[in-house]
Amino acid sequence: MRQLAGKIGEGLKNSLPSAVNSLLVPLLAVLTAVVLGGIVIALAGGNPFLAYVGLFQGAFGNARAISETAIWATPYIFAGLAVALAFKGGLFNIGAEGQLAFGAVVSALIGYALPGWLGFDLPAIIHIPFAILCGGLTGALWAAIPGFLKAYTGGHEVINTIMMNYIALNLTSFLLNGPMKDPNPNNVIARTPVIAESARLAPLFEGYRIHWGFLLALLVAFLVWVLLWKTTLGFEIRTVGANPDAARYAGINVKRTIVLTMALSGLLAGMAGTIEVTALNHRHELGFSIGYGFDAIAIALLGKTHPLGVVIAAILFGAMRNGATRMQFLTQIPVDVISVIQALILLFVAADAIIRYIYRIRAASERVVLTRGWGG
Amino acid sequence: MDWKRFLFILLVIAVLFGAVVLVGMVKQEPIIIIASMLATTITVATPLTLGALSGLFCERSGVVNIGIEGMMLTAAFFGWLAAIYMSSIFGFPALPSLLVGVFFAIVSGGLMALLHAALSVTFKVDQIIGGTVINILAIGITGFLNRQLFFESGSVFGGTVPHGPGTLPNILIPVGQGVKAICGWFGPSESCLTFANSMDKIFSQGPITYAAILLVILSHFVLFKTTWGLRTRSVGEHPRAADTVGINVAKMRYANVILGGMLAGLGGAYFTLESVPSFEPLMTNGRGFIALAAMIFGNWTPFGAWAASLVFGAAQAMQINMQVFRDVIPPQWAFLQVSYVVGLAPYILTMLILTGIIGKTIPPAADGVPYEK
Repeated sequence: MRQLAGKIGEGLKNSLPSAVNSLLVPLLAVLTAVVLGGIVIALAGGNPFLAYVGLFQGAFGNARAISETAIWATPYIFAGLAVALAFKGGLFNIGAEGQLAFGAVVSALIGYALPGWLGFDLPAIIHIPFAILCGGLTGALWAAIPGFLKAYTGGHEVINTIMMNYIALNLTSFLLNGPMKDPNPNNVIARTPVIAESARLAPLFEGYRIHWGFLLALLVAFLVWVLLWKTTLGFEIRTVGANPDAARYAGINVKRTIVLTMALSGLLAGMAGTIEVTALNHRHELGFSIGYGFDAIAIALLGKTHPLGVVIAAILFGAMRNGATRMQFLTQIPVDVISVIQALILLFVAADAIIRYIYRIRAASERVVLTRGWGG
Repeated sequence: MDWKRFLFILLVIAVLFGAVVLVGMVKQEPIIIIASMLATTITVATPLTLGALSGLFCERSGVVNIGIEGMMLTAAFFGWLAAIYMSSIFGFPALPSLLVGVFFAIVSGGLMALLHAALSVTFKVDQIIGGTVINILAIGITGFLNRQLFFESGSVFGGTVPHGPGTLPNILIPVGQGVKAICGWFGPSESCLTFANSMDKIFSQGPITYAAILLVILSHFVLFKTTWGLRTRSVGEHPRAADTVGINVAKMRYANVILGGMLAGLGGAYFTLESVPSFEPLMTNGRGFIALAAMIFGNWTPFGAWAASLVFGAAQAMQINMQVFRDVIPPQWAFLQVSYVVGLAPYILTMLILTGIIGKTIPPAADGVPYEK
C-alpha cells in the first residue's frame, strides 16, 4: 500500500512544474482525506463512487449548481482570509465565528432599522456600503478585544477568542430573542426583521442566486495580498508573526501591530457575516454562524495562509457543502459526512509530516511557526 | 496556591452566592439557597475539574492540549452510544450499561489523546493546531454518527433515539443523618433539621463527581510524590536534562497525554451518563476550554485547578439557580432574568483570569515545545 503511495508521490512530484510543487502536500492531503472519506461512506453502507459523483454533480453539475457553490464559498473566502491574515501575524483567531455573528447582527440592524431612525429612505448606493462597513467594523472591534488582551496582558488569544465566541452566541441569542426579534406575530424563530430593499446586494445574473458579494470576496482576497506583501503595514504584520523579538529590535510597535492584526482579521470575519445578511438571507437568524469559525481555520491552513490558496480552498469547501445535498439524495449518507472529510483534510494539512511519510516526500527546508504556546 | 488567588476565589464565590441569596431570600431560607448553590457548584464543576486535570497531565509533560473539548465531546458520544447499545440492543439492565458506557467514554477519550500525542510528539505538529484538529474531528465524527445512527432509517436503531438507560444514580453520603443525630442530642429544632436536609442536598452527588474529587487528590499525590510524577515534570520542564539521565521523553509524553485523554473521557461521560441521559451535538459547549483556563489559573496544580473549577461552577450555578427565582427578581435587576446575560459570567471570568491581573502564572518551561533529539 505504502509502496503504491510512494510511487504516486514520486510520479506527481516529477510530472508537476516546480510552482505547483508547493501545492503537492495540500493536494495529497485532500486526496488522502477523500479516499478515507470514501471508506467511511462505504462503512456506513453507501457507495463511495456514487457519493463522490453526486458530490461533484451537486457542486458543479450545471449553472445553478455553480452559482450555489459560489454562494457557499463567499463567506468561506472572507472568514478564511480572516484566519489566514491572523496566522501571518502569528495569531490564532479561533473567534471568526463570533466576529461573523456580531457583524451579521449589526449589519442586519443597520439594514432594517436605519431608514426608520433617519425618517427617510436611503439610496442603495449609501445604504449597502454603510451596512457592510458597520458589520465589518463590529467584527473588527470584537476581535480587537482579544488582540488587546494578548498584546497588553499576555492573555492567550486562543482561549480568549473562543470565550468571545460564547459571549457573542449568548448576546446574539439575547438580542434575537428580545430587542431585535422579528415583531411579526407569526414569527417564532429567533431572527431579525427583513432588511430594507435599499440595503440588499443584488444578484449577478437574473434567475441565479450568485451575488456581487462573491466578486467582492475575490477583490478583498486580492487586497489582502496587496496589504500583506506590498505595504509597510503588511511587512510589519509578517515580521511580528515570524519573530516578535526581531520585530521589536527593528523598531516595530509589536503591541500595536498585534491589536491591528486582530482587528483586520475581525474586519474580514465581520464582512463574512455582513455579506450573508445583505446579499443572501436579508436578515440574521440565530445559529446560521455556527461552524464557520472552525471551517475557516481549515480553509486558512489548507490554503497555506496565502490569499489565493484561501480562495481555492474556500471554493473547495463550498463545493463540498453544496454538493453534499445531492450526495445524500443519491446515497442516503447524511451530509454530516462532509464534516468528517473536512476534518480529515485539516488533519492531513496540519500534520503534513503524515502526508510526507505516506508519500515519501522530503520535508520542507524550514518550519513555519504558526502559533505560540502560553509562554510567549 | 498563593493567598491572593485564594482570596480572589473566595471573593468571587461569595459574590456569586450572595447575589442568588439576595434575590431568593424572599422565597426561601438563605441556608437552603446556599446549600443548593453549593450542591450545583460541585456538580457542574465536575467536567471542568476533570478537563483541568487532563490538561494538567499533558502540559506538565510538555504538551499543550487545547483538544480537551473535542476529547470530552467524543467521549460523551461514545460513552452514551455504548450505554445505549448495551441496554437496548443487548438488553442489559441500566447500571451495568452505564458502567460500560463510562468505560468506553474513557477509552475513546484516550484514543483521541493518542492521536494528539502522535501529532505533537511523533509528527511534531504545532500543538495548538493539533488540538484544533482534535476539536474539529470530534465535531465531525460525533455529528455524523449521531445523524447516521439515530436519524437514518437504515441504522441499527431504526432511525429513532431508543430509550436509554438513564443516568448514573446519585450516591448519598449520610452526613445529614449524622447532623440529625447531633440535633437529637440538643432537642430537635427547626433550623437544625433544615441544616441536616441541606447537608443531604450537598452530599448527594453522582459517582463521577465523587471520582473527580478523589482524582484531584490522587493527581496531586502522583505528580508531586511519585517517581512517575517527578519524571513527568522533568520532561515538561527540561526534556534534554531528562533525556540525559535516561528518561524516555517521547514515552513519558505519550503516556501522560493518553492519561490526560482518559481523564477528559471521564469528564465527557459526565455529560451523557451522569448529567442528562441524552446526547446533543456540540453539547460540551466550551467546557473544555474553560477547564483549560481553570488549569492555568490554578497554576498547573491539581488543587489550584479544582479551586478554579469551583469558581466557574459557581458562576454556572448562579445561572441555574437564578432561574428558580425568576418571578421574584425585582424589576431594577430585570437583566438577571435573562439567562443569556447571566450565562456570560463564566466566559467573562475566564478572560479576566487570563489577563493575569490576579497574579501571573508560570507554565512548565518546555510546554508546547516538541523535543528534538
